[in-house]
Amino acid sequence: MALECSDKSAAELYGLLRKKCITSEEITREVLTRIERTEPAIHAYITVLAERALAQARQADRRLHQGDDTSPLLGIPVAIKDNICVKGVPVTCGSKMLQEFIAPYDATVVQCLREHGAIIIGKTNLDEFAMGSSTETSVFGATRHPHDPARVAGGSSGGSAAAVAVHTATVALGSDTGGSVRQPAAFCGVVGLKPTYGRISRFGLVAFASSFDQIGCLTRTVEDSALLFQVLAGADPKDSTSRKAPPYDASTLKNHKTLNGLPIGIVKEFQDVTLEPVVQYAFDAGLRRLEACGVELREISLPHVPYALATYYIIANAEASANLARYDGVRYGHRSKRANDLHSLYRHSRTEGFGPEVKRRILLGTYVLQQEHYAAYYQRAQQIRTQIARDFEQAFQQVELVVSPVTPTPAFRRGEHLTDPLRMYQSDQFTVLASLAGLPAISVPGDIPAGQLPAGIQFIAKPDAEEQLLQTAYAFEQARLDSAS
Amino acid sequence: MPVTNHQAVNLALRAALALNCYIHPVSQFARKNYFYPDLPKGYQITQYAYPLAEAGFLEITPPEQSPRRIRIQRLHLEEDAAKSAHNEPWCEPECSYLDFNRSGTPLIEIVSEPDLRTPDEAGLYLKKLKQLLEYIAVSDCNMEEGSLRCDANVSLRITAGAPPGTKTEIKNLNSFRHLKRALAAEIDRQATVLSAGKTIIPQTLMWDDHRHQLRPMRSKEDAPDYRYFPEPDLPPLQINEVWIAQVKTQLPELPQAKLARFQTDYGLRAYDAEILCTDPDIANYYEAVLLSFPADPHLAANWVLTHVLAHLKAIQCSIRHFSVTPARLAELLHLIHDQTITSTSAKVVFREMTQVTTSATQLVAEKNLHQITDENELLPIIEDIKANFPDHVERYRNGQETLLGFFVGQVMGRTKGRANPQVTHRLLHDQLKLN
Repeated sequence: MALECSDKSAAELYGLLRKKCITSEEITREVLTRIERTEPAIHAYITVLAERALAQARQADRRLHQGDDTSPLLGIPVAIKDNICVKGVPVTCGSKMLQEFIAPYDATVVQCLREHGAIIIGKTNLDEFAMGSSTETSVFGATRHPHDPARVAGGSSGGSAAAVAVHTATVALGSDTGGSVRQPAAFCGVVGLKPTYGRISRFGLVAFASSFDQIGCLTRTVEDSALLFQVLAGADPKDSTSRKAPPYDASTLKNHKTLNGLPIGIVKEFQDVTLEPVVQYAFDAGLRRLEACGVELREISLPHVPYALATYYIIANAEASANLARYDGVRYGHRSKRANDLHSLYRHSRTEGFGPEVKRRILLGTYVLQQEHYAAYYQRAQQIRTQIARDFEQAFQQVELVVSPVTPTPAFRRGEHLTDPLRMYQSDQFTVLASLAGLPAISVPGDIPAGQLPAGIQFIAKPDAEEQLLQTAYAFEQARLDSAS
Repeated sequence: MPVTNHQAVNLALRAALALNCYIHPVSQFARKNYFYPDLPKGYQITQYAYPLAEAGFLEITPPEQSPRRIRIQRLHLEEDAAKSAHNEPWCEPECSYLDFNRSGTPLIEIVSEPDLRTPDEAGLYLKKLKQLLEYIAVSDCNMEEGSLRCDANVSLRITAGAPPGTKTEIKNLNSFRHLKRALAAEIDRQATVLSAGKTIIPQTLMWDDHRHQLRPMRSKEDAPDYRYFPEPDLPPLQINEVWIAQVKTQLPELPQAKLARFQTDYGLRAYDAEILCTDPDIANYYEAVLLSFPADPHLAANWVLTHVLAHLKAIQCSIRHFSVTPARLAELLHLIHDQTITSTSAKVVFREMTQVTTSATQLVAEKNLHQITDENELLPIIEDIKANFPDHVERYRNGQETLLGFFVGQVMGRTKGRANPQVTHRLLHDQLKLN
């Protein structure tokens, strides 16, 4: 076979599986073999579920044999970020704290995937508790960039992005709090979709910052993101923040082939940010391509952009400081052997169980919530968050979508930002906006000069406008592929 | 992930309405952050800046005083913590135990304004509150099981009209007795401190059930900073007029209204009405009796308050499960009312009815308990008594009229209480004077 089936998209495999050209078991075996080959260099996975995956594949093949045509994901290998619960399997969050912890139940998304007959191939690496932009803070070690092992895959969903990029998963689930799906997607040259806050249930996603956390899709094509999103989207009675919205129908993806006349906004306030050449190149080329497709580019202003990063880190860390309080060594998770009373049990368990970045964020979050700082930090940040949402509302009166780079740099070198948290946080400056406003956003690979690292283009849409977001991203992707061929 | 319990909100709304509170159209849950083993998430979900309801009142009537409104500051929803146990008889030494069964279950907290003046008033307020919450079925208010818990704050002032002084908080007051004792002890302590010219340190005290004394738990200076912030996992709680109206229609008659109605509609004395209204089940039983026996509400009240309640107390049974149903009792009361039986016989029938399912009418027939009103039946009995007690007759005729009771007793004894008292009196009155 010239092209292996692990190289194919979910949409392509869908056809091949139904034409009986291939079985799910064959696909799964091939992916598992590929994992064995690539993992030593990439380290995208924390846990590979080979036996379970093969059993699921055989089950899927039976369903396919019976003519089951209900799901686009039936028999398709899916990787799952290791902060999402799969019953009976470790959910480590890349932390020593949960290294031994077995998930007692399935996340709603996992239950969804099971019902659709997807093959859960394994659990992917991430920054500890999804706090980071490089997948270096995992207690299991860093995930490497698929094209350059000296560089990071991005984060925090670096394992999922790398697995999709090196074809050790057809599609993957990530979680995006401030850009954790879109940034690694951009770094690894794949598609990363963060839906509207609440469109996908968070039940079973280990909480980092509850008002931002959103499960997202990492795929090689926009179409696969659409298929995955269609399966996962929906209100969940177990997640009170999940949204009731009309169900998404992936068959609408190709209805809107032309971008002609579509008004898309470029953020004025982003123009002062210095982009590394390859990112600048990809962004400029992307804009030209959009114009060539007939898009009407308009400059829009989001006046509160300069405060976005600080606002994000204040609120997210505040929520994280409470969300991570449950890891106290009392009921589950790491329990220090050095403890001799209650207080020392807390102190030692948390000191030993959490890494430096998690500790930093807990401390920052605790600080901003203290009574004497609450008004100056948390409350102020909430006000700005509201303002940012208003900025977007205003902008969306003039344009249908907003376009921007995903990150100011391509994948950086391993260790480069580890000692400089502020530079690490800067890598989120374009992605936190959609997170603050709860808007759907997607990162799609942009044009890059040959031999260069990937760079992404981000589209941001109105709340619940995933249909339009995915149509636009699809049209953009197709235009790029057409010109490349 | 947390999900707001709709039924808990319904019950909280019930309580808020019964306490005359203002219900906020939008309230919010918050996280109260602190580490303790009984708190599995490391924070408690509660309502802080935006409670469900505020500004209500509950009326109490201290003895010899006119009714007074005790203002309710706020009523909010929160989740319960787990229950920890140390040093209980069944505990292994050096071990603490955690029971997570109640962890995360909803509870309501009701905070009153500083309107209570004495430990007795505090007890009265708590009693009234408990009665109300039981009435509207918000809670069974079992203090031993912790379904009603109480913390109390104490502050004194130097002179009347002065602003209230520094307050202290007493926790763990889980019975009326403890509440009153702890408050009295704390008032004494503060008075002593203030009289000596010293100042009260704001602190939290713990009432020790076993030693009957207050133990300082922590001073307010080292009170934890709970770092409250809005709970991001729960959207704001929105209560619209329709919801409130719906809860209102399900709200049973409140004790105060019922008390007034029992007095005006049934002409009951305040004291009797009060006892009937203490427990909604008793009040319901009483009104169910009246449904079949509307003729004499007084007679019905007497029977419920004396015979029924005494019997239930003796056999440790709740009125809901009482075998003498309101309809059965009503039938018995009819027989008394229309003079079929005397009240002495009625007691016999009632005792029998608690043992068997036979109706009152049938029991009267079986036991031949019909009242004797026929003079021709009573006259020979009276003649016979006269013959047996000539001395008594003589003394009666000589003016010792108190002996009439003795003769009535004799008649009742010989008729097993079946003689109609009025007829017996009249006949004796006439016959004793005759030879």
